Amino acid sequence: MGRILADIGTVFWRDWIVLRRRLVKFILSRMVAPVLYLVAFGWGLGRSIQVESGSYLDFLVPGILALNSMNISFNSITPVHAERVYHKSLEEYIIAPIWPDAFVIGKVLAAVLRGLISSAIILLLAGAFGANFSFSPLFLLVLVLNCVVFAEIGFLAAMKLSTYETMAQVNTYILLPMSFLCGTFFKTAALPEGIRHFIELLPLTHTSILLRALSAGEALPWLSLMVLLAYAFLCFWLGRRAFRQLTC
Amino acid sequence: MIEIRCLVKKFPHKDKQGKDSFRTAVDNLSLSIGSGEVFGLLGPNGAGKTTTIRMLTMQTKPTSGNILYDGVEVEGHEVEIKSLIGVVPQHVNFDQDLTVGENMELHGRLHHLTAPERRQRIAELLDYVELSEVVNDGVRRLSGGMKRRLLIARALIHHPRILFMDEPTVALDPQVRRRIWELVRQMASGGVTVFLTTHYIEEAEALCDRVAILSKGKLMAVDSPAHLRDNFQEANLEEVFLKLTEEKAGRGGA
Repeated sequence: MGRILADIGTVFWRDWIVLRRRLVKFILSRMVAPVLYLVAFGWGLGRSIQVESGSYLDFLVPGILALNSMNISFNSITPVHAERVYHKSLEEYIIAPIWPDAFVIGKVLAAVLRGLISSAIILLLAGAFGANFSFSPLFLLVLVLNCVVFAEIGFLAAMKLSTYETMAQVNTYILLPMSFLCGTFFKTAALPEGIRHFIELLPLTHTSILLRALSAGEALPWLSLMVLLAYAFLCFWLGRRAFRQLTC
Repeated sequence: MIEIRCLVKKFPHKDKQGKDSFRTAVDNLSLSIGSGEVFGLLGPNGAGKTTTIRMLTMQTKPTSGNILYDGVEVEGHEVEIKSLIGVVPQHVNFDQDLTVGENMELHGRLHHLTAPERRQRIAELLDYVELSEVVNDGVRRLSGGMKRRLLIARALIHHPRILFMDEPTVALDPQVRRRIWELVRQMASGGVTVFLTTHYIEEAEALCDRVAILSKGKLMAVDSPAHLRDNFQEANLEEVFLKLTEEKAGRGGA
């Protein structure tokens, strides 16, 4: 067990020293999108919109947290694609005497850390913009779970896709539509029924539902939590399988 | 000791009609490599040298056949066997976001060296390959020869008993090539088994106790350079190599 934890720690260590070197740049770059969302949709558009719970800004903050943690976790792991396809530095891990799953877990944990740093920035900014939300350990757990799911999806894409262009297309055709449609800026009930059923199958919708409910101090939507957990286990299994298939 | 039995590797590909088919990269290869030996795998481009090394180092699985290290089958013992081997790849595969020292540190951690062991080995090996000055530089800044020497230093950090070197001197100038030959000889005299691939005949002649000649995935001959010259009644190994690989190419093309 100690050896497995050490292997996970080694994989995480590599990403940590790279992040530490670029921490200031990382934080500044991660502030741009949330500030724009909060200004444009919270202050600008949001002043003329009323939702059941009151302020649109309060409604918006959990959605921005969900979509931002999704984007950051996914994109934090995409350099693994370049390590596999272009730099071939993944070979270093393949020939090393480590438990293969340690690589998957270490990479996912490093992406979760980046997702959480980015979420912390949003929470600080949202507070500065005057948003009201309730933060709890369960709220943090849901954020972590969202980061885990999308880091795992990013890992799977990095293992399976062959070119940088196809990696970019995942952002364009999957993450971008999810960012807007999965209950982040408005409730999914506003969507036409056929689309709504599909959107409600996606993990980001359940993160939005969970974060919004917890932020408003409402009861925990257990079904959404179960769906996120199921995604986390399924995506981990697919990611570890894809990593092992590199040696076939 | 490495024992290779009836090793086959096939890759999926499309045939001339565009139908799904298989291309045989390594075809029924059997070899034995003794402890402390410097063994060379020779062959023209596309002969299956790199694929063989990739199977031996567990980077790709054989389609069929067996690989044994000291009588232990690779399948099911990957972690134990990986700790015994070092790999110098043909291409430079450093982590581009790390410095020279951090790349060494990562390799040491992946091989479970303690922090004091890592510090000592990194200092020793960078000194050995004359790269101590650049320990804090990014790997992108190194010249081609420096990168090659760093690949060797990195592969040695965990005291491997067997070192695989895939075309270790490809595209290097003669001075750097001689320096790497010297390093290989030093490692061999220290008891490390060296398995190298090359398509430079003079390199194989200068370094190897025995060589195997591969052509289109098939083993054409295996022996010491001197015996191969005698057996084929040629003045040098290059003539033997050309005779064997051209014969095979001729047969393949007929």
